[in-house]
Amino acid sequence: MKSIADLEKIREKTLEQMNVRNQDVRMRIVVGMATCGIAAGARPVMNAFLEELNRRNIHDVKVTMTGCIGTCKLEPIVEVIDDKGEKVTYVKMTPEKAVRVVTEHIVNGRICLEYTVGAEENK
Amino acid sequence: MQIYRSHVLVCGGTGCTSSNSEKIIEEFHVHLKNNNIDNEVMIIRTGCFGLCAQGPIVVVYPEGAMYTMVKPEDVKEIVEEHLVKGRIVRRLLLGETREHEDVAKSLEKVGFFNRQMRVALRNCGRINPENIDEYIAYDGYKALAKVLTEMTPQEVIETIKKSGLRGRGGGGFPTGLKWEFAAKSQDDVKYVCCNADEGDPGAFMDRSILEGDPHTVIEAMIIAGYAIGASQGYIYVRAEYPIAVHRLDIAIKQAREYGLLGNNILGTGFSFDIDLRLGAGAFVCGEETALMTSIEGHRGEPRPRPPFPAVKGLWQKPTLLNNVETYANIPVIILNGPEWFASIGTEKSKGTKVFAVGGKINNTGLVEIPMGTTLREVIYDIGGGIPNGKKFKAAQTGGPSGGCIPASYIDTPIEYDTLTQLGSMMGSGGLIIMDEDTCMVDIAKFFLEFTVDESCGKCPPCRIGTKRMLEILEKITEGKGEEGDIEKLETLANNIKASALCGLGQTAPNPVLSTLRYFREEYEAHVREKRCPAGVCKSMMRYEINAQLCKCCGICARNCPVKCISGQRGVPYVIDQEKCVKCGACMEKCPFKAIFKNA
Repeated sequence: MKSIADLEKIREKTLEQMNVRNQDVRMRIVVGMATCGIAAGARPVMNAFLEELNRRNIHDVKVTMTGCIGTCKLEPIVEVIDDKGEKVTYVKMTPEKAVRVVTEHIVNGRICLEYTVGAEENK
Repeated sequence: MQIYRSHVLVCGGTGCTSSNSEKIIEEFHVHLKNNNIDNEVMIIRTGCFGLCAQGPIVVVYPEGAMYTMVKPEDVKEIVEEHLVKGRIVRRLLLGETREHEDVAKSLEKVGFFNRQMRVALRNCGRINPENIDEYIAYDGYKALAKVLTEMTPQEVIETIKKSGLRGRGGGGFPTGLKWEFAAKSQDDVKYVCCNADEGDPGAFMDRSILEGDPHTVIEAMIIAGYAIGASQGYIYVRAEYPIAVHRLDIAIKQAREYGLLGNNILGTGFSFDIDLRLGAGAFVCGEETALMTSIEGHRGEPRPRPPFPAVKGLWQKPTLLNNVETYANIPVIILNGPEWFASIGTEKSKGTKVFAVGGKINNTGLVEIPMGTTLREVIYDIGGGIPNGKKFKAAQTGGPSGGCIPASYIDTPIEYDTLTQLGSMMGSGGLIIMDEDTCMVDIAKFFLEFTVDESCGKCPPCRIGTKRMLEILEKITEGKGEEGDIEKLETLANNIKASALCGLGQTAPNPVLSTLRYFREEYEAHVREKRCPAGVCKSMMRYEINAQLCKCCGICARNCPVKCISGQRGVPYVIDQEKCVKCGACMEKCPFKAIFKNA
């Protein structure tokens, strides 16, 4: 026997679970998931993104995968694309770095420059 | 909580199920397990997406990629390429989205989808219809909560009246007014019924709503019960819809588990329950009084009105009967407000209408469009045009009760009154597109064959009259029409319309009258010249060999199933018209294209 409050709880909980069908996104996170990516540990990175976004109740960011970008030695590679199409490429990602990217870049809009491909090139 | 990074929605409507979508779902489970990602990807059986011509349809999120004409053998590739590696399988994508990088954005540009406005079909293809939680997630039962806690029954009725919603089953009667009549009737027991019989051939709007979003009908019926003062509802669904029956069973069970059906709903003291009643294959049971007679356990036969069902219906108690699609609009009218609904459509026809588009059109399937959309838009912008470059001839609306709209009226806005003025009717939503190769007399005969078969036999005008009309049509299409036959058809038609007991008989002559109105010359050609201009009526077809072009090879004679072609080397072959069965095999096989149809 459900009350109106019960229905609301079900609504919220189920909406979260159905969020992946949401097409109203303001940002996309694209994780390289080719053989090189997987070998370098892209799966834990992707899971870290999914868990952190979920923990923070962020529902307007899509996490998708892609194939080999070409710079295999820099894997795991993650691209963050905003709704204007501006792309930031993060390289040599780890689950810990993923959490920081969510906090700094996704939530606060501050690109984590030290993780980007540009920073890597200059080392 | 299990986080699924990808949802795969597979259409589980009857159309796609007949094309193996169940096997597709099985294959997904197998391959996901093989690749160890079965706890990352959720497979959901959903409702009709509408683009039935391209089914089975599978949509993968988060990308929003729509795969079409998927076969069970394709699933391995989708799993290994797309779900494991993130590489979208371009060859399986919907044609117009294949070349675009952002598949979701390109899907938004597809004319079939972006010209539609899905209100009644809002959840079809978006949720799992066998999971009440997903219905609730998308604001399900929120309208019911609002009605039971914030509105009086009278306010509910005023809202529906203000929205301008008209019955979607074909009659187009103002829904709010119907609810008001039922509410005003005084009696200790009242009933709410849902007409889910959907008997029109080729119509599957209601089926898709029942299969894809059964809870919207349940929620609406509870609201209706509250508005008119009823505590029991019946959904009369045809037995030929086993998937719909199954989904309704599950939905009712789940609603009862949550206390949304039964006693003291949401703790407000209001009680309402719903039971299913299955039809047994009679078209006439879609007629309101015949439907109620059937629920009562008798043979489905209509009753004279008055008294109308709102006064004396089921078991002589006040009964409200509405169509599935009408109900599907109710929750969203309550939540978004009647003004929102009234802002869609035209002055006298508010809201949207679902059409089952079939016949000679590329994008056969289900479309929902705002009232007032023109036939041209439906055929070309949404429907993708007529296949094989043929010319559009006419569109049939309203099924066996309706009529045709000829090509000259292609810019007619589709709404209740314009269609009636043209001699057709909105009907339940069947829309059959016909091209230059369709014989209008044959079409009229097709619909009349149906109604003659389905006539319950109670009243002579329908029982005898439609049969006599059919006999004349058969004569005409067999090349045996006589002068005066057309006038006889017209007289019969008008008399039957004026005297039949129920809507079946009263509208059975419509296809004939309508085709006579716009295509009289076709009838006259059949009668006076014994010629079928479209080349359809077999008995008037002649296959003839052009003696000049004939090379006497004998291939036609060897392929003729009745051996009616004779000739030899040096003597052009000739078809014996008496023995010819008009199969066309000779014309197909002739390597010199020397055989012609209807010279």
